[in-house]
Formats: sequence, C-alpha cells, structure tokens
Amino acid sequence: MLSRRIIPCLDVREGRVVKGARFRDHVDMGDVVELARRYRDAGADELVFYDIGASPAGRSVSTEWVARVARELDIPFCVAGGVRDVATARAVLRAGADKVSVNTPALEQPALIDELADAFGTQCVVVGIDSTREADGEWRVRSHTGDPAAMRAPGRRTLDWVREAQERGAGEIVLNCMGSDGTRDGYDIAQLQAVRAICRVPLVASGGAGSVAHFFDAFDAADVDAALAASVFHSGAIAIADLKRALATRGIAVRAA
Amino acid sequence: MIALIDAGGANLGSVRIALERLGADVRIVRDADGLRDARAVILPGVGAAGTAMRLLRARGLDTALPELDAPLLGICLGMQLLFDASEEQGAQCLGLLPGVVRALAPSPGIRVPHMGWNRLDARNSDPLLAGLAPDAQAYFVHGYAAPVTDACIASATHGGPFAAVVRRGAICGTQFHPERSGTVGARILRNFLAFADARREAA
Repeated sequence: MLSRRIIPCLDVREGRVVKGARFRDHVDMGDVVELARRYRDAGADELVFYDIGASPAGRSVSTEWVARVARELDIPFCVAGGVRDVATARAVLRAGADKVSVNTPALEQPALIDELADAFGTQCVVVGIDSTREADGEWRVRSHTGDPAAMRAPGRRTLDWVREAQERGAGEIVLNCMGSDGTRDGYDIAQLQAVRAICRVPLVASGGAGSVAHFFDAFDAADVDAALAASVFHSGAIAIADLKRALATRGIAVRAA
Repeated sequence: MIALIDAGGANLGSVRIALERLGADVRIVRDADGLRDARAVILPGVGAAGTAMRLLRARGLDTALPELDAPLLGICLGMQLLFDASEEQGAQCLGLLPGVVRALAPSPGIRVPHMGWNRLDARNSDPLLAGLAPDAQAYFVHGYAAPVTDACIASATHGGPFAAVVRRGAICGTQFHPERSGTVGARILRNFLAFADARREAA
C-alpha cells in the first residue's frame, strides 16, 4: 500500500536555507545540504526546495546548490521557484532534482506544462497552485505570490486550473491554500476536498499545518497523498518521527521514520 | 568497472552518485563498445518506452544487452525495457523477460502516476533482497508496470500487484528508484554489486 508522504519545504536563497516572517527579515538557518541531510535523517519522505531568490528577481534557479543536494540526498526532492522554461527545467533535473514545480510561469503560459511533460515525462512535472476564497465564495488562483507587492489575481477559478493542469500533463498538484497559510490553524480541508474530487494525480496539501491532528485531517478527510509544511518542522514544534508514529496509530499508512 | 548506460534519462547523475557512495567505479557508456569490460551493467531510465528503445537501437544496445555475460540491472523504465513489450507508445522492448508492461489503471483512491513510498513484498528469498526488513519501503514514480511473473522476486501493490523487483539469471530490475530510496535502495544496489562479484568468481 502506498504510504502518505510528509514533505518539509525549505526556502533557499543563494544556497542557504532561510526562514523569516514570510517574504522579509530572513534568518539564515544553514547550508542547504546540511538541512537536507538533517530532514532526511529525521524521516522526511521527500523535500521541496523553494528558491525564493530566483522567482521574484526574474532570474533562474541556480543549479550549483541543486547538484550539491543531489550528491548528498538519497530521497527524492523537488525544486520550485525560478523554473520558467524547458531549458531551465532540464538544467535543474540534470543537476539531480527529481521534479520541478511550476506556478506563475504555468499560469502565464499554460503550454509550458505540456512542454515539460513531453520533454521529461509527467512524473517530473509538479504544478503548484496558490489559491484563495474570494468574496463570491469561489476559489481563485493567485500568481506572483513570491513577492506580496507583485501578487496578481488572474481571475482563474482554482478548480478549472486543476483540471487544465492535469490535462496538460501535470504529474502532481501542490495546492497551497493561502487563507490558512502561516496560520498553523490547520489545512483548508474544504478546499482540499473540492480539489481532491477532481484530481486524479497525486495531490499535496500545503498551508496551515500546526499540529498532528491537522496532518491526520488532511490525509483522512481530504484524502491527500502528501502533506507539505515548513514552520512546524523548522521550529521543532513537530518532530517528523513523532508525527509519523501518531499517524500510524490512527491508521494512516506512512513510512516509518 | 560498472557500466551505466546513458539512455537519456534525467536520473543518470543520481544513479551514478548512489553507486559511487558504495565505492563502485562507474563509467557512463553510450554504446555497445563501452560494455566490454564491465563487471555489471546498469540501465536506468526516465521517460517513455518507445523513445528509450529507439535510442537503444540507434546505439546498437538492443542487440548488445541480450548478449551480455555480466549482470544487468534495469531501473524504473530500464526495468520495463527488459520485458517483451510495453503498452507505452506500443514499444517492442528487449525481450529478456517474458511479459508485457501495461498502464496502471486509475480508480477511486488509486492515483496515477504511482508516486511515493510503497512496501516491497518479497515473493522469494533472493540475493538482491538480502538484509531487507519485511516492511521495507522504496520510492516509486511510474505510470506503467510489469506483471507479476516467475521472474518477480518482490511485488508491490497499487490497485493490483505488480513487479517491484525482478531477477532471472543475471537479468535484474527494480521498478522503484534505489538511488532515491534511502538505506533500502542503497542496500539493494550493494546486493546487486555483490551478486555481480559472486557470479564472476563462480564463472
């Protein structure tokens, strides 16, 4: 039986892992390889590295640190941020990443998903979606979320975008629910359920994890394949081994840490 | 020397690193000439079966691989190519193992591609599986799968059972990515290298 995955997300800038009040006042947490190794040893099933310097600045992700991570890590990892075309994706995958995640560039140019899937296979192509509930009750996507000043609302309905991304060749969807992101009040179960109902590829929950119960709900109630979180892991509030033990006792299939 | 075939897959570098971590001397090869003095050959692969087979034919590997004396390990798509054929792009494959690779069928609760850690269910005791715990898990990413036949020494289940590890004689394969499967994957690669050495000493 396929295990549900626990995925720590690390923000990377120039080869260093940083954290901060989102988007500013970043605190250096250490070298990317050192942190990657620590999370691997802690029992992470996969890692996502979000290159926070690459995307808003309009430059491509650096492959130098990707290659260093690939050399050290023996679990899968995905690189997000700064992948805007097939050539960059190829460089990142060649450097050793297992998947690339595209968000704003896919919204601006949806054919990018087809091109990436044709070039590398759907299993390498993750589509990240930032989504929020608007006043009319509809969930709609946001783009350029890497920089609050640049954020845009393209008007696209989240569920429509999930359908289109799959048709074009997304092998996995990461749904970041912006309303719950950073709150530690729990994943947006209603939104995840709505997306799950139309998503036949793996679905990753993102935004809001604060307790073991939140992870349980995402797996049990929203049937997501993986749960992504950052601050609860970085702060040490939740240890991955403890989380997995707790999930296992509640009947969620996980890989022992 | 371990010959690692460059079949155009993006995971080539990761497989190389995983082997080097085990102390293996790895050479990337692109054609049949490179296989000559290899103590073992590894065929990794990410991509589509038809495209990969065209590449192997263009480089003469479709005839060289079946004539190998050294053990051969196919990884992911590389394992699927060992079989007779694949539904993916209607590919005729290497025919080293009987059977046809088929698309995984999505159904409620069963997502395709099959992506993530899944348990290996050993069907036979085999040198490739030496030292693995009964609940060992490995990392899979694939949309097609090989059938459970006599060559299947460990299966995994996603919807139905499929071949996770195969071996018949010196022909070996893993559907999962040992280079991304932590200590379990490293153990299986080490087992394969030891198996290759043992065969050479016995010969």
